Amino acid sequence: MTKKKKVSSMKRRQWMWGYLMIAPVVIGLAIFYIYPFFDTLINSFKTIGAFNVSKWCGLANYKKLTTDDSLWHTLFNTFRYVIFTVPLTIILSLLLAVLLNTKNLKGRGIYRVIYFLPYVTMAAAIAAVWKWMFNGDFGLINYILGLFGIKGQQWVTNPAIAPYSIIVVSIWGSLGYNMIILLAGIQGISPTYYEAAEIDGAGTVAKFFNITLPLVTPSLFFILITGLIGAFQIFDTIFMMIGKNTVVLENTQSVVMYFYRNAFELGNKGYACAIAMLLFVIIMIITLLQMMGQKKWVNYD
Amino acid sequence: MKEKNSRHLLVHIILLAGSLIMILPFAWMVLTAFKTQNEAIHVPPIIFPSHWDLETFKNVFDKLPFLSAYKNTIISAVVTVVAQLFMCSMAGYAFGCIKFPGRNVIFVICLSVLMIPSTLFILPQYLMIQKMGLLNTIPALFLPNLFSAYGTFLMRQFFMSLPKELEDAAKLDGCNYFQIFYKIMLPLVKPGLITLAIITVRLAWNDLMWPLVVNPSTSKTTLAAALANLQGQYSTDYPTMMAGSVMAILPLVIMFAVFQKQFIEGIAFTGTKA
Repeated sequence: MTKKKKVSSMKRRQWMWGYLMIAPVVIGLAIFYIYPFFDTLINSFKTIGAFNVSKWCGLANYKKLTTDDSLWHTLFNTFRYVIFTVPLTIILSLLLAVLLNTKNLKGRGIYRVIYFLPYVTMAAAIAAVWKWMFNGDFGLINYILGLFGIKGQQWVTNPAIAPYSIIVVSIWGSLGYNMIILLAGIQGISPTYYEAAEIDGAGTVAKFFNITLPLVTPSLFFILITGLIGAFQIFDTIFMMIGKNTVVLENTQSVVMYFYRNAFELGNKGYACAIAMLLFVIIMIITLLQMMGQKKWVNYD
Repeated sequence: MKEKNSRHLLVHIILLAGSLIMILPFAWMVLTAFKTQNEAIHVPPIIFPSHWDLETFKNVFDKLPFLSAYKNTIISAVVTVVAQLFMCSMAGYAFGCIKFPGRNVIFVICLSVLMIPSTLFILPQYLMIQKMGLLNTIPALFLPNLFSAYGTFLMRQFFMSLPKELEDAAKLDGCNYFQIFYKIMLPLVKPGLITLAIITVRLAWNDLMWPLVVNPSTSKTTLAAALANLQGQYSTDYPTMMAGSVMAILPLVIMFAVFQKQFIEGIAFTGTKA
C-alpha cells in the first residue's frame, strides 16, 4: 500500500515537471497564436469601425469577397506569382544542386556561400536594389541589355511587365536556400546506388533520372510545400518594389498586401479578416492536395 | 581524365555565370551607395564612384534615426533568440522525453499553429498590443515572436534522438527533470540550438510587416521598417536608398560570413530531419 502511494507521488512529480516545462511556450502560443486565429475567424463576421467598435454583420464581408474586383485581381496576381515562382525555383535550384554535387568539384564551398547570400539578406533591401537596377531611365539592367542591342523596358512601372520582374527577383532570392536543402538530400543518397549503376554502364543523364531524381523526392516535397505556403504569402518584395501609389498596384498587389492595406490603412478590419480566412482556406486546400498527392511521387526509404 | 576535366570546366562556367548574377545586385548596391546622386543617374552608368567617402552613409543617419533602428533591431533579435532558445528547448525536452497525461494532444494543438498562415495572427496580435498600450514601444517588436511552435518542434526532434540511458543514470543520481534537462541534455543538443538561433535571428532581423504595423514611429522601429520609410520619403535619392540597404543587411551578412558553416548545415538539417 505504501509502496503504491510512493510510485504515484513520483509519477505526479514527473507530470508536474512536464506541465511546468511546457507551460511558457504553450501559454504564449495560446495567447498570441491560437486565440488570434479564432479572433480573426469571429471578426470576419463583423464590421470594425473607429476605436475598434465592432458590430455583427453576418456574411456581409464574405459577400463582398465575391463582388470585389480588386480582390479578384489580387487572387489572379498571387496565383500567377505562385505558378511561375515555385516550379522555376525548384527546377533551377535542383540543377544547381546537381552541378554542385559534381565529384571533386573545386570551390564548392564558395559557390554555396554566394548562392546562399540572398537568404540572409532582408527582402526589403533586396527589393530596393532590384527596383533601382530595374529603373527604366537610369537602371543597370536596361544599360546591359542595350550593350547587346536589346531595347530597354519600364520593368517596374509597366503593368504588363512588373509582375514578371517581381517573379525574377523572388526566384533569384530563393535559389540558394532551396539549393542547400536539395544538395543535402542528394548527398544523403547512398553511393552504392551510383556504383551499381556505373557497373551497368549508366551515363550521367541516366543516373540523374533513375537515381538522383527519385531519391531526392522527399527533399523536393519539402521545398514544394514550404515554397507554396511562402509564395502564397508574398508581401515584402511587392511592398518594397512596387509601393502603394503606383499605376501597377492593381496588377501586382498580392492577397497579403491587399489584406495589409484593408487592415491597417483603409480601416476595413472586418473585411481584412475575411480576406485572411480566404487565404487560409486556399493554403489548406493546396497543402491537403499535396499531402494526398505525395504518395504517388515521393519515395521514402 | 580529359573528359572529366572538360566536364568540370562546363560546370564551372555555368556556376560562375550564376554567381555573377547572384553577386551583381550586392555589388551595385555598394557601388551606388558611394556615388553622388549625379553619378548614380548618369547615362550611360558610371561603374565606379569618383570618391570612396562615407558621405552618403552619414546622410542616412541625418535623414532617419538609423542608429535607433540598429539598437531596436539588435534588442529585438537578441531577446527573441534568447527567449526562444530557452523556452523552446525546455518545452521540446518535456514533449519529447517526459511522459504526462495529455502530452500528445497538447503537442498536436501546438503544431497546428504551424499550419496557419501568419496573416491570420497579425491583426488580433496588433489589437492586443494596442490594448496593452504597447504600440511604439520596443517590447511590441518582439512580444509575439518569443513563442515558437516551430522551434519547439525542432528542439523536440533533437532531444528525441538522444539515448535514453543518459536520463536514467541522472535520475538515479537524484536529479529532477529540470536539472536533467539543463545540466545533461541541453549541452548535447548544441547543433539544434545553433540551428534554431540562426532561423530566429534571420526572421527577427528581416521581418517587415510586423514592425511596420506596431511601431510606425521612426525612432521605435527596426531596420527593415526604417528602410521602407526611407523608400517612402527618398525613393529617387538612389545613393541614400542603397547606403541604407547596405547598412541594414551588413550585420547579418557579416554574421553569415563568420558562421557560414553553421548557417548552411543548420538549414540543410531542417530540410532533411525536421
